[in-house]
Amino acid sequence: MSVARTPVSTDTFGPPPARLVVVGNGMAGMRTVEELLALDPTRYRITVFGAEPHGNYNRILLSPMLAGEMSVEDIMLNPPQWYADQGITLHAGDPVVAIDRQRRTVRSASGLEVPYDRLLLATGSSPFILPLPGADLPGVVSFREIGDVETMLAASRDGGKAVVIGGGLLGLEAANGLMRRGMDVTVVHVMDSLMERQLDKPSGALLRKALERRGIRVLLEARTESIIGTDHVTGLRFADGTEIEAGLVVMAVGIRPNITLAQAAGLHCERAIVVDDTLQTLSDPRIYAVGECVQHRRATFGLVAPIWEQAKVCAAHLAGAGHRHYVQQATSTKLKVTGIDLFSAGEIVGGPDTEDLVFRDPRRGAYKRLVLRDARIVGIVLYGDVGDGPWYYELMQSRQDVRALRSRLLFGRAYCDEHPSSEDLREST
Amino acid sequence: MSTIKTTCPYCGTGCGVEARVTPNGVDIAGDSGHPANFGRLCVKGSALNETVVPEGRLLYPRIRDERGERDTRRASWDEAMDRVADGFARIIDAHGPDAVAFYVSGQVLTEDYYVANKLMKGYIGSANIDTNSRLCMSSAVAGHKRAFGEDVVPVSYEDLDHADLIVLVGSNTAWCHPVLFQRIVKAKQRRPQMKIVVIDPRRTATTELADLHLPLRPGTDVMLFNGLLHALHTGGHTDVNFVDHHTHGFQGALSCAAEHAGSVAGVAAHCGLDPELLESFYKLFGETRKVITCFSMGVNQASTGTDKVNSIINCHLLTGRIGAQGMGPFSLTGQPNAMGGREVGGLANMLAAHMDLENPEHRAIVQGFWNSPRIAERPGLRAVELFEAIEQGRIKAVWIMATNPVVSLPNADQIKRALERCELVVVSDVIENTDTTPFADVLLPAHAWGEKDGTVTNSERRISRQRPFVEPAGEARPDWWALCEVARRWGHGDAFAYSGAHEIFDEHARLTATANPTPGSDASGPFRYLNLGGLTGMDRAAFDALEPVRWPVPPDGAAATDPARHAPFSDGRYFHPDGRARFVATPPRAPGHSPADDYPLILNTGRVRDQWHTMTRTGLAPRLASHTPEPFVDLHPEDAREAGIRAGELARISSRWGSLVVRARSSGEMPRGTLFVPIHWNAQFSSDARVGRLVNPVVDPVSGEPEFKHTPVRAEPFAVDWHGFVLSRQRLPMDGISWWTRMTGAQFTRYEVAGRQRIDNWPAMARRALGVRSEDTDWIEYVDSASGVYRAALVVDDRIEVCLFVSGRPDLPSRAWLSSLFQKDRIDNVDRIGLLVGEPLDRTSDAGPTVCSCFGVGQTAIVDAIRNRGCDSVEALGAALKCGTNCGSCIPELRKLLSGAEVPA
Repeated sequence: MSVARTPVSTDTFGPPPARLVVVGNGMAGMRTVEELLALDPTRYRITVFGAEPHGNYNRILLSPMLAGEMSVEDIMLNPPQWYADQGITLHAGDPVVAIDRQRRTVRSASGLEVPYDRLLLATGSSPFILPLPGADLPGVVSFREIGDVETMLAASRDGGKAVVIGGGLLGLEAANGLMRRGMDVTVVHVMDSLMERQLDKPSGALLRKALERRGIRVLLEARTESIIGTDHVTGLRFADGTEIEAGLVVMAVGIRPNITLAQAAGLHCERAIVVDDTLQTLSDPRIYAVGECVQHRRATFGLVAPIWEQAKVCAAHLAGAGHRHYVQQATSTKLKVTGIDLFSAGEIVGGPDTEDLVFRDPRRGAYKRLVLRDARIVGIVLYGDVGDGPWYYELMQSRQDVRALRSRLLFGRAYCDEHPSSEDLREST
Repeated sequence: MSTIKTTCPYCGTGCGVEARVTPNGVDIAGDSGHPANFGRLCVKGSALNETVVPEGRLLYPRIRDERGERDTRRASWDEAMDRVADGFARIIDAHGPDAVAFYVSGQVLTEDYYVANKLMKGYIGSANIDTNSRLCMSSAVAGHKRAFGEDVVPVSYEDLDHADLIVLVGSNTAWCHPVLFQRIVKAKQRRPQMKIVVIDPRRTATTELADLHLPLRPGTDVMLFNGLLHALHTGGHTDVNFVDHHTHGFQGALSCAAEHAGSVAGVAAHCGLDPELLESFYKLFGETRKVITCFSMGVNQASTGTDKVNSIINCHLLTGRIGAQGMGPFSLTGQPNAMGGREVGGLANMLAAHMDLENPEHRAIVQGFWNSPRIAERPGLRAVELFEAIEQGRIKAVWIMATNPVVSLPNADQIKRALERCELVVVSDVIENTDTTPFADVLLPAHAWGEKDGTVTNSERRISRQRPFVEPAGEARPDWWALCEVARRWGHGDAFAYSGAHEIFDEHARLTATANPTPGSDASGPFRYLNLGGLTGMDRAAFDALEPVRWPVPPDGAAATDPARHAPFSDGRYFHPDGRARFVATPPRAPGHSPADDYPLILNTGRVRDQWHTMTRTGLAPRLASHTPEPFVDLHPEDAREAGIRAGELARISSRWGSLVVRARSSGEMPRGTLFVPIHWNAQFSSDARVGRLVNPVVDPVSGEPEFKHTPVRAEPFAVDWHGFVLSRQRLPMDGISWWTRMTGAQFTRYEVAGRQRIDNWPAMARRALGVRSEDTDWIEYVDSASGVYRAALVVDDRIEVCLFVSGRPDLPSRAWLSSLFQKDRIDNVDRIGLLVGEPLDRTSDAGPTVCSCFGVGQTAIVDAIRNRGCDSVEALGAALKCGTNCGSCIPELRKLLSGAEVPA
């Protein structure tokens, strides 16, 4: 993608290129643009608006960056020069504030007005900030942008105590990063198990143990009542009246799709901007949306894999090659904490019509569970021994009947290749 | 330490063994100089070192003060001997000498046997001494005596090398006398014209070698040999000269045969055989002069056992095929010293040294020689009757020596009832816990193999030394010593003042020569072929140096002039008073109990290749456990289907007398309507696999030998909720487990288990059962609740301690690789990953079920060598993997693998 492309003038051959405006310089929007360029580099003149003052970066890698395993350069996807090379006009640090669907223009915070033939909304999401007293105190941050990481890095320079509210994927990555940066970290989680959306109780418990072994304190079923401090955060008070000290509070309790702009433009939104199977908004055929800001059927999105798929579908339609449909797929999760391997996908809770295969090897820190329904994998929880995650995931996605593999399935692909269900060998005479 | 030459304690082949004690244990090798085996050993013999271990030994005399108490207390030999001597004396005083009995064994030495027999018949004055040899070859003894006038086996192993036809009747020689079988195999290789015929209802490892296999209907042997007798005669094969000059009773036997077995078609129909097959056997037998008919338990263990023996001997007499090289009827005995017992007369219907109880002249010779106060005058009770008499209270004290009747006798639960009723039960054994020892009031620790010092006699009348090479365990003493201690307490010390086994042997040898006229000697009296006069006078050193020798060994001078010394009957002289052999008319009789509606199938019992009797010793050897790891019932697939039994699942087999539960298999060896259960397993090794409980207490009217090979039974599925196995370094209690069986592994014990109660929470159950309490325990688990599958392993300090596999179906993984993990001091991560699969990550390292126990070669390696290494013969496999090159008993299985046939599951 780094090969420079000179937009070819098509004036002499046909209509002038259409204008595509992309609102949002994040991963979803830029992936869609890349896919589009690959399909048809000349169809659009592209303008991109972004709220953050950078080029486009891999938000997923903020965790390793916080942990000191990567630098900001490492996580950059497309530096400003890339946009120039592609003939894309980039307005970084200048968010769009209004859409005029009648006139088909967008207006930015700086007052810039740009017309569009097609508009792609990729406004992403914002961290959810618990409406707690003191939530606006300096020293209370979320974990979403490079700026948040910079704030945390600054706070960690003197060590001290940090509290991460939220025992989900992001919160734990933040906690790990801060711990690696030398802070004394406590994770405060309102549920009774960490990462309860991805992990069942046993694997959640293994994760907790692993984190605690690394020196991260974990408080479960801890309801924060307020954040204490006068001009800077100094601690946290819980519903049971106890308090803990903290010079830094990271809130990682979830995300809210950014839909204010879309709502203001009169686009149909529910929890997020509602799109159809082509990623087109329901209200306006010129406007598409991808990423964390969209709602497809009932679902909203926070993980990267479905968003990549959306980008692919959306780009195809923008390119006029509209034969693809977005189909929701189960997603898999990995925690980006070095030394902690987990893999989760699908229905991890199960129900009366599901069957579990469970493997436990606490000494090796391994836990594996597959949830089956009608002899098909519908859920995967792997902890510590995740090598077969992708294979299980593939079996799940392809809805393969695993009856013949059942007795060996959980022991991994190496035991299932070549000799399915060959266990009937009794000792012979 | 130097190498000690001794003799194997298992079957009647009597192989020479060289034992060498090393710092790491005992090294065992075949004695290349021993004429019984010339260095070869079978797998059981090769694994003898694994049985010379302290595990399970009875170390001290023990006394049970209260009947029914579980525990015994240690006692001194003095106290124990007082208890035995006083107890027997009190009962003899009150109820007479026939109120007491000895029940001994073909596994005690000739010297022990001799002293027991002398004490009972000469000093107590009863003949109530019988032996487990009654269960083994008493029909052969009775047949020999009827035909020859004396219990003489007229064939030697060497004759097998010269025969042109060997007929194996009721004998799975390949498994039960492996070294002899290999000798036959070699002879046939050398002389391919030699023919082998196997007459056995089952298709066994032995039939693999056969040119002709006659799978006769069980219990119809007499008819088959009557038919042969008739066919030989009508075919012109009668040796008229021999019959006229050396036999008696020809017409009676022949007309009986003609009457019942006059047509081949009729005989074939009766025996369930193809008439052409039968005809070809008759023809082959008729046309071959050098015929040896070997027979074993399939002949002896029947209510018609003695008639079967005589129907065989009749054919040899008719054709004169006896008393010359390469021919004759040949009883293959099952025990190491059944023959020695016969020689000293240690049976209820014999006196001593081949002399008869009923014969006043014989009694006078023996009593005079012993200078004993009494002499038994009438036969005592034979095994089955003896225990019936105990239950009825007619016998009130019994001394059981080196045998396990609660397992081995028919209707074995009756033995329990009898022993419970018996006022005084004394058990001499090497093992503390057997199925019989719980009934003992006094337990006496006996010398085990490796400690024992004396002689045994094998199937070809060869006397060999068993020599000690290790110190006795605890306070174990020779059985003869304990008997002498009792005699001493009764005031007969002088007659039992032996300083060692050599003095007993000397006395025995002198008795055989007493009043036994041989050419060139001036003795007068009744001639007995058994004469050891040439072996008298040995001091301890000479006795220790005694080389294997076939009897008779008449006094010096006599030997040289007696052409019949090593070839009995070569002079045409038999041992009836008229010097003639006897034909015995043998009208066919049906077995004691016929199959009926409730019990439509016929139970056959016998040995498996790698176990011996009640497993007290072979059960200790890991090497012997893997060939047949658990008790089983083998039945025809159609019978299984009709009974609703599936191979690999459990089946209950019941007779009128009792029932058992074992794993079902259909090996393809069983004819319709019959099933086979091995004799070995008992309460020490399995929850419910003691086949003696089922066996009908029917005996041969002449020999008293029970009918182990023919009990009507029915078979039904034994439904269980789960199947499983456990491998554990520690022995585990099996209380509350519906069905289990145990076997010894190398550094672990293996349990096969099954349960009838549903278990909902296996993780909790397993932790409780295996004592896993701490959360920090290194405990690996796999759960598939919906399939009823649970697997777990406990690892301690990186060493596997125990693993458990459970499934709702009998589809458990192979135990082979898991077993090998117990020999590792440390298991690595790759092992851990495979642990609960039961397979190593790299599949080729799984050896599969052991085929060659000697070199531990598994099925996987063999199949691989056949498929990928171009091994296309047994020899090639042997060259590549060594399998089959030692004892050779796995060769039939190797052949099966080579021919691509399915291995019995």
